[in-house]
Amino acid sequence: TTGTQSLRSDNKVTVNFINRDGEKITVKGSPGDSLLDLVINEDLDFDGFGACEGTLACSTCHLIFDEDVYKSLGRVTDEEMDMLDLAYGLTDTSRLGCQICLTKSLDGIVARVPESVADIRQSKDGSS
Amino acid sequence: LKVYMLLRNLSSAFSICSPKVCIVGSGPAGFYTAQHLIKARQDVEVDIYERLPVPFGLVRFGVAPDHPEVKNVINTFTLTARNSRCSFYGNVNVGKDVSIEELQQAYHAVVLSYGAEGNRRMGVPGEDLAGVYSAKDFVGWYNGLPSCQELSPDLNCETAVILGQGNVALDVARILLAPTDILKKTDITQPALEALVQSQVRRVLIVGRRGPMQVACTIKEFREMVNLPDTRPEMMADDFEGVKEALKDLPRPRKRLTELMMKTALEIPSEKEQERQSKASRVWAFRFLRSPIEILANPDNSRTVGIRLAVNRLEGSGDGARAVPTGEVEDVTCGLLISSIGYKSLPIDPSVPFDSHKAIVPNNMGRVQHTAGLYCSGWLKTGPTGVIATTMNNSFDTARSVVEDMESGTVDVSAARPGSQSISGLLEERGVKPVTFSNWEKIDSLEMSRGEASGKPREKLLTVEEMLQVARK
Ligand SMILES: Cc1cc2nc3c(=O)[nH]c(=O)nc-3n(C[C@H](O)[C@H](O)[C@H](O)COP(=O)(O)OP(=O)(O)OC[C@H]3O[C@@H](n4cnc5c(N)ncnc54)[C@H](O)[C@@H]3O)c2cc1C
Ligand code: FES
Repeated sequence: TTGTQSLRSDNKVTVNFINRDGEKITVKGSPGDSLLDLVINEDLDFDGFGACEGTLACSTCHLIFDEDVYKSLGRVTDEEMDMLDLAYGLTDTSRLGCQICLTKSLDGIVARVPESVADIRQSKDGSS
Repeated sequence: LKVYMLLRNLSSAFSICSPKVCIVGSGPAGFYTAQHLIKARQDVEVDIYERLPVPFGLVRFGVAPDHPEVKNVINTFTLTARNSRCSFYGNVNVGKDVSIEELQQAYHAVVLSYGAEGNRRMGVPGEDLAGVYSAKDFVGWYNGLPSCQELSPDLNCETAVILGQGNVALDVARILLAPTDILKKTDITQPALEALVQSQVRRVLIVGRRGPMQVACTIKEFREMVNLPDTRPEMMADDFEGVKEALKDLPRPRKRLTELMMKTALEIPSEKEQERQSKASRVWAFRFLRSPIEILANPDNSRTVGIRLAVNRLEGSGDGARAVPTGEVEDVTCGLLISSIGYKSLPIDPSVPFDSHKAIVPNNMGRVQHTAGLYCSGWLKTGPTGVIATTMNNSFDTARSVVEDMESGTVDVSAARPGSQSISGLLEERGVKPVTFSNWEKIDSLEMSRGEASGKPREKLLTVEEMLQVARK
């Protein structure tokens, strides 16, 4: 069904974001746009996302992918890795959203917005 | 829900109980706290008080001029400041012009986010000699902080020593060594640029008391050093003995940084890189396991000519490793010494609890201990570490605490508070004239047009007087 869907919405790429509350938000972007562009264009409300406006100077556009998707995203530059090293909740399949451009082959991917460290601490406090 | 909405609309129409929050300090912590509050509650009104006539704290006065991308956060802060429920009052020195108690009376909640404007002293003889500066002042000088413009550091020497190996130390090293052709396209101040053009500094030693696995800088800043045009590294291979074996257990950020340092120190560079390095006119180097004992003076004791360092060894490993003096000492000749061993927060009002050991306001999730309705965020809350993203997260946390407390009733917002109305009155009585955000925007556009004339993004005004003059035109 993903195939027919994307055919209908001519050339658009579907991305499923999972926000900090675990909620799934499905949006469509154009090939060539970055995931940060998509978040901005669609006015997605991820607090503090994209602070440096896509200039590889902040790590607030941190997103986490499934392993197979991560592999399909291509090579990561040293500079992106450097900024990622400062990201909260860094995982082996983390990337910076401003550095990933949409292509048709990414149609249907899931991108998870990580919880901030403090969020985690807070939820722990709450449950105890 | 309908009743609730109705009540809310009613209350905002008569502004019976629009919660009023006051924020002290307009750096990232102040602005991110404001941003979250305004978003989380449609009825809240936020006033930001700032000591200087200009906003943005260390984004303007700390972040290095050759890092313009980092300053993009200003765009988001500006959107917040232009929100109809947010007001900026610059040129108000909280603690002097108005007390925290007065603010607490006028507002339902007060958030302290005035940063960390003090600096840690080395505590060694000779610290006040000419030629010795704190990184805080040196950074303030090249970034146009009005109180640091008298510094005019003497750069007429070949070797500079920087004590400390954090990102601020590397910012300073980079500014001292970067080709001025690069700097002249940044918003560095004109006097600093001219001094750097004349600078004789050719060698910068970046000294730390512990080993390579304990450096406080991040890899982005280290890589910038490695790639800095017209410079070459002069690391010492011996420093990395045994490091390789420890690599595999390190968390990724520390591991990648250590690997890059090792590569820089140990690997034979490619032919192209060798050629680049052989042409370089300036040198930078890390020196490990050295602590300052004494700053050395010239014969008439008028200025520094070097530093005496204790040679340390490490006890323990990893982040917790301790530097222990071996008894051996080493003298290094230098004409410029910059101590970059940390910023620290200062108390601004005796009524606010302050932990002078940690130099922070003691708090729980941003709630100041034992003081309902008083909060803190940013470097004042956590201590002076971390990047803007760190400050952002901890400020959102504080804002969440404020909202929670309003909802739970810990902060009683049912009774109206006068907010800026009463404070404006007090300030007027005291002869203090606040600078509004649109006043700042006049300064902003003048600075940008001045910069344009010389191919810079901005030419900063360097005195409070001039800022006030332009603001009030
Ligand atoms: C030299 C340097 C370079 C840095 N470079 C980077 C970088 O490249 N990237 C990055 O991500 N982070 C960088 N940082 C870190 C970043 O600047 C901090 O994380 C952040 O600025 C802390 O925010 P803050 O609001 O707590 O403090 P500040 O930014 O210091 O803001 C505090 C504000 O409070 C005001 N104030 C002080 N006293 C009073 C008073 N009594 N009344 C009213 N107002 C008052 C001050 O004038 C200031 O505007 C750098 C820090 C330094 C020191
Ligand atoms: S938006 Fe800052 S690194 Fe991507």
